[in-house]
Amino acid sequence: MSNTVTTRRPVADSAPLPVSLKQPRLPRWAPAAIAVAAVAVGCGIGLVAGLESRIQWGLIGALLFILGTYVLAAAVEGVRQAKDRLATSLVWICFVLAVVPLASLIWETVVRGIKVLDGYFLSHSMGTLPDALPGGGIYHAIIGTLQQVGLAALIAAPIGLLTAIYLVEYGRGRLAKAVTFFVDVMTGIPSIVAGLFILSVWILILGFGPSGFAGAMALAILMMPVVVRSTEEMLKLVPNELREASLALGVPKWRTILKVVLPTSIGGITTGLMLAVARITGETAPVLLLVWGAKTINNNPFEGAQQSLPLYVFQQWQQGSDASYDRAWAAALVLIAFVMILNLVARGIARWKAPKTGR
Amino acid sequence: MAKRIDVSGLSAYYGSHKAIDDISMTVEPRSVTAFIGPSGCGKSTFLRTLNRMHEVTPGGRVEGKVLLDDENLYGSGVDPVAVRRTVGMVFQRPNPFPTMSIFDNVAAGLRLNGSYKKSELNDVVEKSLKGANLWNEVKDRLNKPGSGLSGGQQQRLCIARAIAVEPQVLLMDEPCSALDPISTLAIEDLIGELKERFTIVIVTHNMQQAARVSDRTAFFNLAAVGQPGKLVEIDDTERIFSNPSVQATEDYISGRFG
Repeated sequence: MSNTVTTRRPVADSAPLPVSLKQPRLPRWAPAAIAVAAVAVGCGIGLVAGLESRIQWGLIGALLFILGTYVLAAAVEGVRQAKDRLATSLVWICFVLAVVPLASLIWETVVRGIKVLDGYFLSHSMGTLPDALPGGGIYHAIIGTLQQVGLAALIAAPIGLLTAIYLVEYGRGRLAKAVTFFVDVMTGIPSIVAGLFILSVWILILGFGPSGFAGAMALAILMMPVVVRSTEEMLKLVPNELREASLALGVPKWRTILKVVLPTSIGGITTGLMLAVARITGETAPVLLLVWGAKTINNNPFEGAQQSLPLYVFQQWQQGSDASYDRAWAAALVLIAFVMILNLVARGIARWKAPKTGR
Repeated sequence: MAKRIDVSGLSAYYGSHKAIDDISMTVEPRSVTAFIGPSGCGKSTFLRTLNRMHEVTPGGRVEGKVLLDDENLYGSGVDPVAVRRTVGMVFQRPNPFPTMSIFDNVAAGLRLNGSYKKSELNDVVEKSLKGANLWNEVKDRLNKPGSGLSGGQQQRLCIARAIAVEPQVLLMDEPCSALDPISTLAIEDLIGELKERFTIVIVTHNMQQAARVSDRTAFFNLAAVGQPGKLVEIDDTERIFSNPSVQATEDYISGRFG
């Protein structure tokens, strides 16, 4: 280099630096074009080599896409940009990999479930219909699921909410640590274990029969740690300045929590609750152990066996006839739709209740 | 309305760490007292001991006495909630409640402390917003969220919120440090008006501000990092800025400070 440290010439005199800040860029449509080409070549290779599995075609295409992007970008734009594009394409491929199973699952369920899904199916129970015959419905299962999940939420939501408030706002020292630890342990309880626990206490020791309520208790055990965790995170997001502002106005702590902390975080808390409900809606094992399943409508969740949607799917599948397969798929579709609606409602509430910016 | 504060032998701790050591001073009623000193010397901690907000911090602990017109804030049986109703506070960063409208923010102190009639609330809110020089800017949008205001307006909203509960003393912890010069001027003018009704204590890093707004100035310092902060001297602002009795004060004010 011509400019050494000792000479200290002004910058304008020094060795020519790249004058322009502009660099050659691939056109905007390049990634899409590379993707199309890669998929086409992938399919071609698959056809020529006679590969059976479409998954292999896709993987070859994905690999070609990554390689092609990197090589092209390195040639035109330079190595740093090529690395950037490499990372971008990896993220895109992971996204596609994650979406493909989800989309195909929903597609499969919709196509197979729509066959027998109609007003009659939604508004009738199985009654005395033999399993091999077409007809029947899931009204009794919908009633059961709504009651069991509703009761579980009624038990778990207040306990979980208050626990989270204790942990964030009051909990200090050993008790708080112990509670946190047990919540963590509860998060990992397999649903069948929760079912067995209620089975041994409620049915075997206390001698009650199967009921929707027994199932709801097991579901509540599964739901509680989820509610505690999500609520805790939401309460921690409330800035401490707001608590201090309220306390400094001479507002007692409990009122501060009730009027400032909870309203600020209510959107997130509701979302967490809804997601916890969605999680337990699909539980089968505890329901199988504690609610048993039924073919007829039982509107009383406190007495007698009930049906629920996941259990209905399971039992119809077990029957093995074409008609019961159709019913299982339709019930699965209803279940997915139910969970999806819950999620949408949660998002709506979160958006509606989010602190307004007023701009 | 305004009350005198007598502090004697006050030390504050965070867990086992002593943050301020053995501070004694008197804050005169209906006047502005400024606290100056380098960062970390315990000005804000000391300010927070004056309305028992220090103990809100986990591990916060206080020794000594703070007399508010002869009543010890740290005496047995004193309710911190009652103390905070008497001694209001404005924080460094504007912190309006994000879920509440401008009206509700100002009314928050009253509403959260008990039920008030709508007409009473209207009067108090109007009076407080006028007192904070914000009324003309927000009177047409009282139902809009407070977080939609500019930073300076938000800080004045917080001052309105603090004076709405009619405290005896108003503590301000660097109220202008996040604001532009124009908003700062608005708040300094406001402090000048408010001191006719309240005892005001203000923490500031801005020497000119201390000189402009305060009647008395206290200089805090700490011997070394990790040592507790101490009160070096407190005197009339004019004297502190022209002829302080301690060399360290003069060094700090004139910028010759390590």
